Amino acid sequence: MLVEDKKTRPGHYLSFSLLLIAAVASLLPLYWMLVTALQQPTLTVTFPPEWFPANPTFLNFGRFLERPYVIRWTTNSLGISLIITGVQLFTCAMSGYAFAKKQFPGGSILFYLYIASMMVPAQVTLVPLFLIMSRLDFLDTYWGLVLPGIAGPFGVFLMKQFISTLPTDLLEVATIDGCGEWGVFTQIILPLAKPGLAVLGIFTFMGQWNQFLWPLIITNSSAMRTLPVGLALLQEELPMQYGLLMAGATYAAIPMIMIFLMFQKYFLKGITVGALKG
Amino acid sequence: MTSLRHFGTRIIKARWAYFFVAPHLVLYCVFFLLPVAWSMVLSLLDYQWWGVEFVGVANYVRVFADPVFWKAVVNTAYYTLGVVPLWLGKALIISALIFPFRKPLQTFFKAAFYLPHVTSAVILSMIWLWIYNPPFGLLNYLLAFLGVDPVAWLGNKLTAMPSLILMQVVMGGGSSIVLISAAMNGIPMYLYEAAELDGARPAQVFLRVTLPLLKPTLLYLVVTGTINSFQVFTNIYLMTRGGPQFSTTTIVYMIYDTAFKQFQFGPASAMAMVLFVITAVFALVQFRWLGQEVEY
Repeated sequence: MLVEDKKTRPGHYLSFSLLLIAAVASLLPLYWMLVTALQQPTLTVTFPPEWFPANPTFLNFGRFLERPYVIRWTTNSLGISLIITGVQLFTCAMSGYAFAKKQFPGGSILFYLYIASMMVPAQVTLVPLFLIMSRLDFLDTYWGLVLPGIAGPFGVFLMKQFISTLPTDLLEVATIDGCGEWGVFTQIILPLAKPGLAVLGIFTFMGQWNQFLWPLIITNSSAMRTLPVGLALLQEELPMQYGLLMAGATYAAIPMIMIFLMFQKYFLKGITVGALKG
Repeated sequence: MTSLRHFGTRIIKARWAYFFVAPHLVLYCVFFLLPVAWSMVLSLLDYQWWGVEFVGVANYVRVFADPVFWKAVVNTAYYTLGVVPLWLGKALIISALIFPFRKPLQTFFKAAFYLPHVTSAVILSMIWLWIYNPPFGLLNYLLAFLGVDPVAWLGNKLTAMPSLILMQVVMGGGSSIVLISAAMNGIPMYLYEAAELDGARPAQVFLRVTLPLLKPTLLYLVVTGTINSFQVFTNIYLMTRGGPQFSTTTIVYMIYDTAFKQFQFGPASAMAMVLFVITAVFALVQFRWLGQEVEY
């Protein structure tokens, strides 16, 4: 076979080396972050850089965690991301189920509206959302942070695509067996849609954990900031404390990197599913 | 009358569908559709805390007369034209190099290139601020070996934008690699075998067989990449604040600055509408060209 042939060609080693160099280049900045974070906190920046810290230490992490509000920013980010993910999973699964398996007046128009709105840049909604939140007295509150994150159209599209692939006969059998409408959804659809829910959950959580612009605008007290916004403010406040800043960056990056390493296959699948057109 | 009653029964029959759609729909209408519609209205208003006045297209006139806005449009286009081709070229080459390897190795490389994507733009910007740091940064340190004098990468009108582009190209491309690889695996083996039998060389096979069949995927990536690059904000906010001398001010950074630093909601909404229209044009291009199915 052709593919097997290629493995013995000398070009094979060349392309492997090229790939390795490119991979190292794209991971080097993350390594650099980690190495800087593990260096001794000094008043002056160490130069030339140490590639392998001789005395790695967590002192920078300690200094970062001792700063006011760091723990609060973490719990804010975690809480907001979890709530948005939870509500999205449930509402989008319900909506996706209806669009995938039920015919109803206005259904297809509504679904086209959802698809079209995926093209709308989030920045278009920024100013009006801010004014709505200020009208509702939700500025600098968890409501203001959470509500826009739940309303996005992408999850509905994703769940509709996924639930459409489930066999319809199964639902008919369940209905005949006396499952109510709600029972069909919770006992048949939800368990079967688990892989789709996993993809949506992971991408929603990641998007919210890393979200920057909206939390930056909607919050203004230190206690309401999220981790990315808090880090950006720290960068402004202490621009030259690279050990501390890189410790903070590592601290915020590690949860997502862990999730990625654990659920890799859902990530790779999610990218391809998300790209499917309606 | 009968048709109305008929419509009524259809609605009642479908009540469960509406019940399932309702929770998300309500939130979507209030916190997504309403803001989009209101944004259009806002762009026609003079919106101040003491009162609201309809001013027609005055905001648009003002925005289009502002040389900084045109600078932002040019900068955004510059950034996009820098990022998209380089990053897509990188993804294409890497996908082609990955393709002949065994599955586990493919997955390993895909994961390695995708990893930076899971960290936030804030973190990547912080790292690159450190790498670009003029006296102590990694880049100047490495370039010193080649005899290059230290450069203030982000503090210089000429190098600020290329530095932002470089960062995006080095860190990006992960999800494109996954998509291009998936498309490559979807190309039937017999096409390659036929090309090989005809005596085609690997480079010819790539140009004549692989590339044409990847066209829909590549087009999709060009469009989404362009739309995403047009919305660049976080890197600008953290790394340059649009400077020096507006050389990295992009459309979204200017919307943010106008709306939330100067509280000029009307003009900011007019700028958002311009961004909306540009995005819509690209999205339509995608729908038109991708509407046709590919046949092997």
